[in-house]
Amino acid sequence: MKKAPVNKIIPFSNVDGPGNRTSIFFQGCTFNCLFCHNPETIRLCEGCGACVDKCPAGALARDAEGKIAWASEKCVQCDTCIRVCPHSASPKVKWMTVEEVLAQVKRSAPYIGGITTSGGECTLYNEFLIELFTEVRKLGKTCLIDSNGSFDFEADPRVLSVCEGVMLDVKAVEPGWNDRLISYPRDRVLKNLDYLLKAGKLFEVRTVIFPGRDRENEDTVRYVSRRIGGSCSYKIIRYRPFGVREQYQKVLGEFETEKDYAGHFAAIARTEGAKKAFVV
Amino acid sequence: MSDALNIIKDPTLTYRQELIALARLGESTDDTVRYSDAYYAAKKKGALCDLNEGVMPYRPRYICPDYELLFQKGCKFLELAPPKDLLEAVNVLEIFYCHVPSITTYPVYVGDLDKLLEPFVIREDREYAKKVLRLFLRSIDRVQTDSFVHADMGPEDTVTGRILLELTEEMQLAVPNLTLRYDPDRTSDDFALACVNCMLKTAKPSFANHLMFVKEWGERYAIASCYNGLSIGGGGFTLPRMRLYECSLDAKSPEDFIENVLPRYIDLQLEYMDKRVKFIVEESTFFKTNFLVTEGFVKQENFTGMFGVVGLAECCNHLLGIEDKKKGFGMNEQATALGLQIMDAIEKRVAAHEAPYCDAYGHRYRLHAQVGIDSDGMDDSPGTRIPIGVEPTMLEQLEVNEKFHPYFPTGTGDIFKFEETYLKTPDAILPIIKGSLRSGLRYFSGYLENNDVVRVTGYLVKKSEIEKLRAKKQSLNNVTVFGMGAQDGGHALDRRVQHHEESARQ
Repeated sequence: MKKAPVNKIIPFSNVDGPGNRTSIFFQGCTFNCLFCHNPETIRLCEGCGACVDKCPAGALARDAEGKIAWASEKCVQCDTCIRVCPHSASPKVKWMTVEEVLAQVKRSAPYIGGITTSGGECTLYNEFLIELFTEVRKLGKTCLIDSNGSFDFEADPRVLSVCEGVMLDVKAVEPGWNDRLISYPRDRVLKNLDYLLKAGKLFEVRTVIFPGRDRENEDTVRYVSRRIGGSCSYKIIRYRPFGVREQYQKVLGEFETEKDYAGHFAAIARTEGAKKAFVV
Repeated sequence: MSDALNIIKDPTLTYRQELIALARLGESTDDTVRYSDAYYAAKKKGALCDLNEGVMPYRPRYICPDYELLFQKGCKFLELAPPKDLLEAVNVLEIFYCHVPSITTYPVYVGDLDKLLEPFVIREDREYAKKVLRLFLRSIDRVQTDSFVHADMGPEDTVTGRILLELTEEMQLAVPNLTLRYDPDRTSDDFALACVNCMLKTAKPSFANHLMFVKEWGERYAIASCYNGLSIGGGGFTLPRMRLYECSLDAKSPEDFIENVLPRYIDLQLEYMDKRVKFIVEESTFFKTNFLVTEGFVKQENFTGMFGVVGLAECCNHLLGIEDKKKGFGMNEQATALGLQIMDAIEKRVAAHEAPYCDAYGHRYRLHAQVGIDSDGMDDSPGTRIPIGVEPTMLEQLEVNEKFHPYFPTGTGDIFKFEETYLKTPDAILPIIKGSLRSGLRYFSGYLENNDVVRVTGYLVKKSEIEKLRAKKQSLNNVTVFGMGAQDGGHALDRRVQHHEESARQ
């Protein structure tokens, strides 16, 4: 039975693709972005136990196998465990089967247009996604992947054949800035951008705009816009320090990107042909 | 100070509000309609409540005139000819409304405005029609100064419906309340989305499950007052309510409640309704002399009694010894199952009772999930709603609602509060509404967290008007004071917000 680590499932989401969608957040990521606002999804629990004693609700314990067990019914969602975790992980992760995830999707099914898988990086669990999407499509619902672009879709396009498309993050283009920002080489992402576009599976591109990073922001926005043109929407996301690790807030900024500043890049995107650029 | 003196010295009451309060006081001096001692005892302990309907009813509680008939043949008593154009049409309505009685003294149903006015609107230039409708809505808001005044529209998309939505958004008025009859086969997504947009900006319209109402009432039903299903050309005689939490205090166990306590209180409430209905029909002059009856705008046989219940959540929690509401009704399968058992028992016993009159409904009363009044505080949640402040996720809340809404042909509903991002994504709300109506929800209301016009329990108020009352100033709308009470005592505006839950990644 295939299992994958699920950080959380949000039954109704209005910000993870069109309409009302059930969003499934998988645990574990291939990137380590400075601006990640849920860094507790980056790694899998190593079982160090640093969180167990700190839990004020007594919801964490070490089980017989030495793993950290989370009692969701006792949890008060104070997130202390996440704050004290030295590994950018979370003990509040459930290893779920496709059937278990599907059961939750079925419950939401009357009210949603489809599902979005996100993370972390959901494509780490490609085989799981293929099975899940195949089942979800039988319900008449659409499937979208929210991805950082680290998965080689061209080498293994199977998942694309069972989903509507990919919402791809293009976080940086200029190599130096890219490596510093996301700790992962940029080439795979940019290759995916072109491949998904060609395959007709690029549903949306997202880029985060950082305060005061004029050149870096502009490089990325121009590059993406020239590539995608009017073929899909381009979401220009304002950087928000909420949830970002403190040491990185010092690097990137402790305030959110101004609307007007982000709007300036959306305007650039449109002059470069990205007709469906908008700011959130 | 006497009660009368209190009323006339209250600086927050307008002249009309004083008049209504004094009339109520006058009515309360009579004791012609008497009930059993057991009824009075139940009322005194708060298990039964007459919603201050007054001791001597001189009109049915809710009246839903047949406005189509008015437009076909005019009104002799008011000397109104059938309207020939839009100006005449709105003028006829404005005059007629002033003569439609109700428990509030204001008309609780002002018609299917889109259907009524569409033939006139489409003959006019759109801008001109919009101006006339703007003045018409202004007249309703300033003359029928009560948020229980309710207009209906749909299921089809119409020019008039579109203009009404535009004006509703532009004018930001609490009156009239507004409902879209939603029919998946007849209401286009485009029109429904326009309604969702308007709802986010003004807390109206709400969405009524047209297919469900049609099954119970036929095509000609009205949504009146808060969310009350009634017959057009008819209405509701009376609406008392069982306060189920207070009822449950008499019970030793859930079984004792269902087998002994509940039947006793149901029968007492039926006794109250029977006597009241008979008095309205047989003693008061309404059904004998009022022009609405003599000219056929309403027919006595189309009225029914509304059997109200309130506080099911607290009742179930008490019976199961659940003290933490967060683990109670709505979040707890056992409590929800008990709620269904209780509703089955109520439905069955009320259906077994032969009611006087109510001819069109087989001489039966119909259930109503009463929406609460300001003095209920936190003891009794509206109808079968999950208590404010402990609502689960929207999905779970809908699932619970869908189980209970079918019990209540004369009305129930729930309200959902959305945070700001939904303003940009009405397409994320429509599937929720469609899915829930398809799954058994009767009535869906929503509003945006930071609006001025908000839905309190079933009616609309402006938060800015509540602030006026707090500053000891008058508010034109009779209902603002209920909104203030519900906010203070019932935290009615603190319901859970549907957030995006930080799901967007960065």
